Amino acid sequence: MDYLISVATIAGIYIIMALSFYMPFMTGQISLGQAGFMAIGAYGSAVCTVKWGIPYVPAILIGGIFAGIVGILLGLPALRIKGIYLLLLTLGFGEIVRVVAINLEYTGAAEGFPGIPYQKYTILYAYGMVFILIIFFSRLRRSRMGRAFQAVGSDENAAEIIGVNIVSAKLLAFSVGAFMAGIGGGIFAHYQEYVEPLMFDIMHAIEFLIFAIFGGIQIFWGPIFGAIVLTFIPEFLRAIQEWRMELYGALLIIMMIIRPQGVIGLDTVQALNRLFRKGLGNERA
Amino acid sequence: MILEIRDVVKHFNGFCAISNIRMDVEEKKIHALIGPNGAGKTTLFNLISGMYNMTRGEIRFKGIRINGVRPNLRARLGIGRTFQIVRLFGFMSVLENVMLGSHCKTKAGLLKTFVRFSMRALQEEKVTRENAMRWLEFVGLPHRADEIASNLPHTEQRLVEIARALALEPDLLLLDEPAAGMNPKETEELNSLISKINQMGKTVFLIEHNMELVMGISDVISVLNFGGKIAEGNPSEIQDNPAVIEAYLGRKR
Repeated sequence: MDYLISVATIAGIYIIMALSFYMPFMTGQISLGQAGFMAIGAYGSAVCTVKWGIPYVPAILIGGIFAGIVGILLGLPALRIKGIYLLLLTLGFGEIVRVVAINLEYTGAAEGFPGIPYQKYTILYAYGMVFILIIFFSRLRRSRMGRAFQAVGSDENAAEIIGVNIVSAKLLAFSVGAFMAGIGGGIFAHYQEYVEPLMFDIMHAIEFLIFAIFGGIQIFWGPIFGAIVLTFIPEFLRAIQEWRMELYGALLIIMMIIRPQGVIGLDTVQALNRLFRKGLGNERA
Repeated sequence: MILEIRDVVKHFNGFCAISNIRMDVEEKKIHALIGPNGAGKTTLFNLISGMYNMTRGEIRFKGIRINGVRPNLRARLGIGRTFQIVRLFGFMSVLENVMLGSHCKTKAGLLKTFVRFSMRALQEEKVTRENAMRWLEFVGLPHRADEIASNLPHTEQRLVEIARALALEPDLLLLDEPAAGMNPKETEELNSLISKINQMGKTVFLIEHNMELVMGISDVISVLNFGGKIAEGNPSEIQDNPAVIEAYLGRKR
């Protein structure tokens, strides 16, 4: 049971991370820096609780806000570049954060940052955050800024011509994504009781990307689905645990061929809605 | 003059797409821009809406110099446009596409979408939706509101694009070949739609190849060829202009 709860907790944190990747992705920005923002949130909140004695919830928020501010700073140069260059920029950023963490004596350098107070109810906080994010994303779809984000993601030039300020839309999406990643990092740090730079290397950023791409990128349920499935499957199939990344790779190749939009697409959601409505209709009849 | 184009030049790596064009668009008129393929019509539209920066010259809109002004700010000033190749946002519904048209006339920020205590944001969303629906009715597509935009037939997508541009409540509407791909009946309907838009007090500046449409509704016609203006005048003047006939049909041997 404890084991199941711990896997579920990690899955919850990964959902937050997958959504943090999805946020800038909505505006067409692919970020490989989410592990870096996670590290900033993790270290930031750990410093708050360990060194300054700030309670859990505000410490996590401070970590998230700190990551969000760094997100704005990184988002500014990111505005000017697209595609593969943006990937390289964010990848470089993730590495910078990791190297800084390795060399920063204040937070334990390469040996890691021990003695972070353990949060017993992490699972509640993690899924509380997931719940908040679900409300956020579902409302976002029906709101002014959400429509603008989607428009920028689908055709940047056309969006600008019809009056969307693409600079502020992209910057906002990027920094809000960084904030989410920071929150995820803070929750993660207070669950592990200990953080080290290795926990936030580039493979993790790629993992978050895979969660989103595998689950689906048309709607926010996709990354959530991807994070849950890809966290639980390797745990239950112990034999393939070591082959996890290989499994991800193979899955991605298969996905790109048979269903490039990911497992959960807009059509899936529409079909579920229809099924649900039909069920209701039958009950009424 | 709502739009003043002054000695505008546009080079693309040495290729001169627009050379020294001088043109005025009068307020509340229907002004057509015609010319053979590659004459620079769409380039001129792109310069007006801000997709490209011009090499030299000046464009004034309502007396304000708009050189170098970002496209979204030009939209806010009151320039709406449609595209030659329809550019709707594919994965969104028709209604959402039209609602996006009034983006820069509305305010609600990201936080407002989440914290729903503000009645004003809710009210604004409702008004935006109603306005968008009104514009969809105006172009005759209210029944398509909830469909995914890219699933619509091509001619209807054009109309949605016009509705999206109108949702901005522009003073100047740029229509880039609105009748392309339309059959005679649809062209007829488009004709009366453009007249209706014009009667609402909006200036219409359009590129069009369908001469019947152009000659029927335009107050003024400008003719471009090889990036330069070769003629300007009312429809009957243009029809008899030897330079125009030569540009389209070639010289008599």
